Amino acid sequence: MSHISTTVNRIKNGEVTARSVVEAAIAKAESTQQYHALLSMTEARALARADGIDARIAKGEAIGRLAGVPFVVKDNFLAFGAPTTAASKLLENFDAPLQATAIEKLEAEGAICIGKANLDAFAHGGSTENSAFGATKNAHDPTKVPGGSSGGSAVVTALDVVPFALGTDTGGSIRQPASFNGVVGVKPTYGTVSRYGVVAMASSTDTIGCFTKDVADAELVMDVMSGRDRRDMTTLPDFFAVQKTAKSVQKIGLIKEFMTDQVDPEVHARTMEYVERLRAAGHIVEEVSMPIVQRTLAMYYVIVPAEISSNLARYDGIRYGLRTKNPQTLAELYGRTRGDGFVTENKRRIMIGSYVLSSGYFDAYYLQAQKARTLLIDAYDILFDTYDVLLGPVAPTPAFGLGENTADPVKMYLADIMTVPPSLAGLPAISVPAGTNTAGLPIGVQLVGSRKSDAHLLALARSLEAN
Amino acid sequence: MTDISRDDVVHLAQLSSLELSSDEVDALQADIGNILQYVQQLGQLDTTGIAPTYQVTDLENVWREDQVEESGIAREQLLALAPESANNQVKVPRVL
Repeated sequence: MSHISTTVNRIKNGEVTARSVVEAAIAKAESTQQYHALLSMTEARALARADGIDARIAKGEAIGRLAGVPFVVKDNFLAFGAPTTAASKLLENFDAPLQATAIEKLEAEGAICIGKANLDAFAHGGSTENSAFGATKNAHDPTKVPGGSSGGSAVVTALDVVPFALGTDTGGSIRQPASFNGVVGVKPTYGTVSRYGVVAMASSTDTIGCFTKDVADAELVMDVMSGRDRRDMTTLPDFFAVQKTAKSVQKIGLIKEFMTDQVDPEVHARTMEYVERLRAAGHIVEEVSMPIVQRTLAMYYVIVPAEISSNLARYDGIRYGLRTKNPQTLAELYGRTRGDGFVTENKRRIMIGSYVLSSGYFDAYYLQAQKARTLLIDAYDILFDTYDVLLGPVAPTPAFGLGENTADPVKMYLADIMTVPPSLAGLPAISVPAGTNTAGLPIGVQLVGSRKSDAHLLALARSLEAN
Repeated sequence: MTDISRDDVVHLAQLSSLELSSDEVDALQADIGNILQYVQQLGQLDTTGIAPTYQVTDLENVWREDQVEESGIAREQLLALAPESANNQVKVPRVL
């Protein structure tokens, strides 16, 4: 039985109260403050909600599937009880007037949000070092990055502060920190979970998913969150249904281009061990070639900045958020507010976006990248005609050092090279722990499936976990 | 490095409504040049006759009734978020 189901049963049976479970999570959050994983706590609201659940139990009323289970959300989810900052000065004091649909759905099942996790400002980054409020530290080695951009959510899950945390994944922002901290990370099929009430980054690849300690917990959380939302017109009709057992004898393709000598030897070794476990379980694993993946990061760093430059135009200092003091003109109000409110990486991406969308450059960059994206999707379609699942590492290396890549944006971007292809194709991809390196740093493998095969992927990952 | 001049960076900042310090312009000139150089490899892909992909949902024309509904969020709540307000409206600097 999963961690979450065990907790819910204990609360339901009266072995523990929802209040005591929530208080323990808050205490754990306080005792792990040195990791700087959380930007704020929603303590008062959390305790009131816990008391509400305990009162329902006392009266013999029905409680939800997640009753009394504490969780944390990345601080780009609009939530009640604390500001929604997106780890930026721009939204430092933004008190959201509404909650994200994903949170509303979890709350409807009795889950209790206790706090908000650190991220790269506006989710731009792969190390959580771009937070305007300081970096988060890796759960296994405080000199290393936690990955990003959902670094704080990964760390609170790894440290057992909460059994699950929410993140967003646009190009790897759940999978890579999950890998760096040794937890399960799920990026669903594009359109699975409503993004209403979540700070937008790149609308054609933004997804919402979760971090958990085991696959069964992830299945439960995804089952609750998925489905149509009339406030996010890109959501798909609910297709997610937990698959009890994995299909026997699956054909799995190991992507050759992600297993070169450019990959850290221990990442390579842990991935091959996972391959052996799949084979031992009766599955067929074959090496496959997908040359287009080598160009995907270039597509990503055209398409995503273009969408960022459009999405972040809304932060203008007029209706909410930071506004610069005493502007003389409207242009000054915009320019200074945005100059002060965004971190350097936000500015880089907005300006790259402005560049690739400019007349004269549009065809060579943006249009070419969107055509190349079609080639990527075609390459996946061909492989999924033969293979059930595609496999590879999550990232070329385990967690790197704090400060190691900050001076070189392109080097930082290369950490995303294995996670961006499924994002651009809208495919489900999960990161599962596959051991550690000799220094004890976690290493994850990535399983990628065809569209809407999320439950299938998770069932396969769960079947190997039990081995 | 792709040829991005200092003037190009200043122009991009203006297009993006970003007021930058002189040091930031220098740093961004180098960064943006390096990033654009990296993405230029896309030009090596043959995309003749390939249609662009703008979205991956397969959804088309998601309709709803055009009806006024309560959002559940009061005008006062939204006004309270504005950096400045007056007379029950958001206040902005003089434009003309």
